[in-house]
Amino acid sequence: MAETTTVVQIADAAILGEKGAARVQRRRRWHASGRKGVVWRTLIAAIVSIVVVFPLYWMIVVAFSPRGEVFLPGLRLWPSTLTLENFAKVFERVPVVAWLGNSVVIGVFVTVLTVIVNLLAGYAFARLRFGGRNAVFILALATMMIPVQAIMVAQFKLVSGLGIYGTYWGVILPGAAAAFGIFLARQFFIGIPDEIIEAARIDGAGHLRIFVQVVLPLCKPLIAVLILLTLMGSWNDFAWPLIALKDNELFTLPIGLLYLKNQTSPDYNAIMALALISVLPMVLLFIFFQRYFVQGFARSGIK
Amino acid sequence: MTVLTTRDRSDASASPRPRAARRRARLRESLVGWGFAAPNLLLMSLFLFIPIVWAFILSLQETKGFGDPEWVGLDNYATLVSDPVFWQSLLNTVVFTVATVPLELAGGLGLAVLLNSVLPARGLFRTMIVLPMVISGVASGMIAVILFYESNGLVNKILQAIGVDTIAWQSAGTPAMISVIVVAIWLRLGFNMIIYLAGLQSISPELYEAARIDGASRWQQFRSVTVPLVGPSTFFLLIMNVIASFQVFDLIFVMTGGGPGNATSVLVTYAYRNGFQIREQGYGAAIGIVILLITLVFTFIQWKTSRTRDLAE
Repeated sequence: MAETTTVVQIADAAILGEKGAARVQRRRRWHASGRKGVVWRTLIAAIVSIVVVFPLYWMIVVAFSPRGEVFLPGLRLWPSTLTLENFAKVFERVPVVAWLGNSVVIGVFVTVLTVIVNLLAGYAFARLRFGGRNAVFILALATMMIPVQAIMVAQFKLVSGLGIYGTYWGVILPGAAAAFGIFLARQFFIGIPDEIIEAARIDGAGHLRIFVQVVLPLCKPLIAVLILLTLMGSWNDFAWPLIALKDNELFTLPIGLLYLKNQTSPDYNAIMALALISVLPMVLLFIFFQRYFVQGFARSGIK
Repeated sequence: MTVLTTRDRSDASASPRPRAARRRARLRESLVGWGFAAPNLLLMSLFLFIPIVWAFILSLQETKGFGDPEWVGLDNYATLVSDPVFWQSLLNTVVFTVATVPLELAGGLGLAVLLNSVLPARGLFRTMIVLPMVISGVASGMIAVILFYESNGLVNKILQAIGVDTIAWQSAGTPAMISVIVVAIWLRLGFNMIIYLAGLQSISPELYEAARIDGASRWQQFRSVTVPLVGPSTFFLLIMNVIASFQVFDLIFVMTGGGPGNATSVLVTYAYRNGFQIREQGYGAAIGIVILLITLVFTFIQWKTSRTRDLAE
């Protein structure tokens, strides 16, 4: 956040140290903005937050409730008894571990592949001059607008023709044909000062070397954001894996969830248990890395 | 590639013919540029550009079961024009988009302004609101199915508790559409907020200071400083949200399957149904081409009419 440094702040910093100064400053702003306003705003923020998080709370409630309890008459917002039977049932009935493994393998491969090719292309579009650069860049951007469903029949035939239908690669390779990362990476690379790259050039470094040793270490937030977004996209992807996979054993978690729901009498408690298993890794990852998120977006020129 | 890019320092400075050397350097940079972009371009050509052309070819054919495809010219498109389910799906897609996008933008901006102000536990609130962004459409759809369950789902129980009639979320068209819209907004609000937060943080506080000195009220500050200055974010989000709404698939597939009747059928679910469930692949491909055209036309118009498109420049 761009904050103007005033004489008062400098004085604060000298006396209280940087953390103390920040605290004093926060308190001053707090008073300036009025207590009543703060109370109201906090109340609204709390209500919105609770409403937003509630469906996730409900997923947890249903996952740990005895079967069918949530559909009994009467308003009840928590389980009568906590039970693990739904999880036991899921593990017994469907190959959860295999599905989890498939999601991880596909997610990791798609992410590694996508991030590498996007970073390389982003660097080219930001930092290298070559004929047709702008036309190709706009073409690449335009692919972001293509919905899978617009071309899925053809993609399906292509993947079948290549002999990778029903395999990991049939999900991974089309999944890595993405342009969103090019755009983020290009915006980020444009922001790197020319002097840094020029200095490396004068020292005799080639572009690949500059890219790996000079540029990449400068863009950790970008890489973190790209990894998070790509991994989440792949982990949560549904339409394409639904088309490209046929063996029960090779399903990813979202397809597995659908499989569980399509059974003759769907057991919603078991479905929620599996839903919880499927969303937990991404929720934890996100909570762990969320600081990179806003930072990465803010510094990537999307603002 | 390393061999190509490693430039001999004496090459540029000591060469007797600097112009030739410069041309060679430019050629080299060009090659390196293409080399860097190549892996991505290769993947996109293979899995996006070829399928687009292929989809168009398929849309001119009719496939029946396992027989050879038959050329039918524009027949599939002619069928589309007289297919009521297609028009209903198109209308539903538009309704869904018009209902979700403005709310997502306004809600995202409102929350961003709220959570950018001085507030205790601001970080916690932000995390909570952004959290749905990481939940898969399928899992969200499943949670929604349980919440909106018609007989004794939680939403209806709450309505009953506050003395309102229960709503037929699954058997009536309009409520079914509303439930899908609500869940879509829930899923995307956090993303909108995060982008707007990044946008707000690039606005210099002095601008607000100046506005305050000029006697501008909070609302005037919001209208005259905040809204114009987050223009690029709005442009980016408008495109992203419209495209996401146009392509909403997993939520509808899981929550309603396009029903009841065709009340929540949208273009992408209809394309999927034709391509993979009824196996009218040529017809499915034709719907796909229509989706593609509409998307491209929208984006093009947006691009041309926007005054705040500097984000990609």
